[in-house]
Amino acid sequence: MIGERTAKVIKGLYALWYREFRVFTREKSRVFSSVALPLFWYFIFGNGVGSMKGNAVDYQHFIFPGFLAMTIIFTGLFAGAYIVWDKKIDFLKEVLITPLSRTTVFFGKAMGSMTDALIQSYFLLAIGIFLGMKYSVSSFLLSMAILFIFAYGLISLGLIIGSFMESPEGYGLISSFVIYPLFLLSGAVYPLDNLPVWMQVLTRIDPATYAVDALRFVILGAKYANMPILLDIAVLLFFDVLMAFVGTWAFKRLRL
Amino acid sequence: MDIIQIKNLTKQYDKLTAVDGISFDVKEGEIFGLLGPNGAGKTTTLMMLSTLLKPTSGFASVNGHDVVKQQGLVRNSIGMVFQDPSSDTLLSGYENLKLHALMYNLPLKEINSRIDKVLDLVDLQKRKHDVVKKYSGGMRRRLEIARGLLHSPKVFFLDEPTLGLDPQTRDHIWEYIQNLAKQTKMTIIVTTHYMEEAEKLCNRIAIIDHGKIAALDSPANLKRALGGDKVILKGRIDTETLKKFPFVKKAEVIEGAVHLSVEQAGKNLQELLCSAGDVENVEVHSPDLNDVFLNLTGRAMREEGEASSYIQDITRAT
Ligand SMILES: Nc1ncnc2c1ncn2[C@@H]1O[C@H](COP(=O)(O)OP(=O)(O)O)[C@@H](O)[C@H]1O
Ligand SMILES: [Mg+2]
Repeated sequence: MIGERTAKVIKGLYALWYREFRVFTREKSRVFSSVALPLFWYFIFGNGVGSMKGNAVDYQHFIFPGFLAMTIIFTGLFAGAYIVWDKKIDFLKEVLITPLSRTTVFFGKAMGSMTDALIQSYFLLAIGIFLGMKYSVSSFLLSMAILFIFAYGLISLGLIIGSFMESPEGYGLISSFVIYPLFLLSGAVYPLDNLPVWMQVLTRIDPATYAVDALRFVILGAKYANMPILLDIAVLLFFDVLMAFVGTWAFKRLRL
Repeated sequence: MDIIQIKNLTKQYDKLTAVDGISFDVKEGEIFGLLGPNGAGKTTTLMMLSTLLKPTSGFASVNGHDVVKQQGLVRNSIGMVFQDPSSDTLLSGYENLKLHALMYNLPLKEINSRIDKVLDLVDLQKRKHDVVKKYSGGMRRRLEIARGLLHSPKVFFLDEPTLGLDPQTRDHIWEYIQNLAKQTKMTIIVTTHYMEEAEKLCNRIAIIDHGKIAALDSPANLKRALGGDKVILKGRIDTETLKKFPFVKKAEVIEGAVHLSVEQAGKNLQELLCSAGDVENVEVHSPDLNDVFLNLTGRAMREEGEASSYIQDITRAT
């Protein structure tokens, strides 16, 4: 028998998750574009930059983990935009007036957007087979796990920023200052070895760096990674915990 | 103990005081109206009572719980229909209700029967599996009324429930609200800027203007307090002479017309007109809430849409 309080939290989380998931599956264009866009970029980058370097295939392999991370970063951005949108269409009021605690609301929302992010990134991961990625069962499962812990942190970040913003326009502006640096500084599209020191420092602050590095380690092999995988995972987990605390705090102070 | 108690409740936005030290109590089972023009502070008041806005100062309790210190208990006691639509258009009506039921922790076994019950109440049973995007404005409002009732709240807030709806839908919604009041002991708080709505639905009305309560009583008492019928004269009127008649209780010039409160206008009108001067137009009617508002604030409460009031008719004609 689960207690009454637990039942209440589970029902609440399920409701919040179900809503995000339903909306995601009903917005067909969103499902399509969220998978198609990273693939599109991937080929542009892979072939464009790759041809410059002389070995397109190698370069394409090198950047593949970065584009897995990119789907997560973009969904994180979308999660934040969605909460601003919820404020605007007043659905958030309906949620905030229920007896659910703000902590439950935060985690419910995060779970909903995580489902979207993971469906997309796992789908891309699987497509990798056709792009010449060679997975073992364990590297595939490990990649899934890394994407999972990265998705949670990034989506929380999106929700936190979104909870502070009042207009979708404002969110669009702020988020581009966050999302693009997160992606571009992660080493997703270039190696981190020979960067100037100030950029090295920035890349080390970017949590996406550790996700990309861990995915390279797992998918491409240890020689493609810059840092020990355990360090990558430790940093990602630390980021997750931090976001859980900041997220519940942000949602408690959330005003309409 | 009264189910809602409000003492000096105030909400300040930067420089603007949206709600300015209001105090009143609402008894259990009442249909209580907050009547006032746009921007009067009605929505802000409801937001504070429902814990979504923190009051700047003052006190309010709902069902015995402090709206600041016992937010969870307050939220468990209330249902709300917001002024602006707040259902998810990509979900079906049924799904919107199901989510609500889960968020309110209703027993799983009861959820479907409760959903059916509230859908029947607002006549939406047939369209429950359509996505809300396909609903008309009136259907969506009905869905949100059903949703607010799903968890059987003790206090039900409706913020301008018929705003922007056609007269027929409006009549239906009035009917739902009246049935609800008859069948349950639920306390209902309605905000509106339609006089007719307040008059028809409410046991008691608080007239709110610029964040302050201008008057609070039953519709009948509010009108009675005006003392007599309303006579409105246009033309070159000799107001001073008219004021001398004992049956003229009040005379003032509003927007170019002379407004008189006259006892037994039917009997005294002829005498009145003989001394009024050069009369171009006469209107006589028994007072309505519009006159009450006019008397309290010196302004007519303009209404939108078809809900025509007497005042609006004459100002349009000029
Ligand atoms: N978030 C806000 N910030 C600043 N002013 C606000 C805000 N919300 C409402 N107001 C102002 O407070 C006053 C009362 O608004 P409101 O309660 O919505 O009135 P009503 O519901 O009676 O039309 C209005 O003047 C409105 O412009
Ligand atoms: Mg309002």
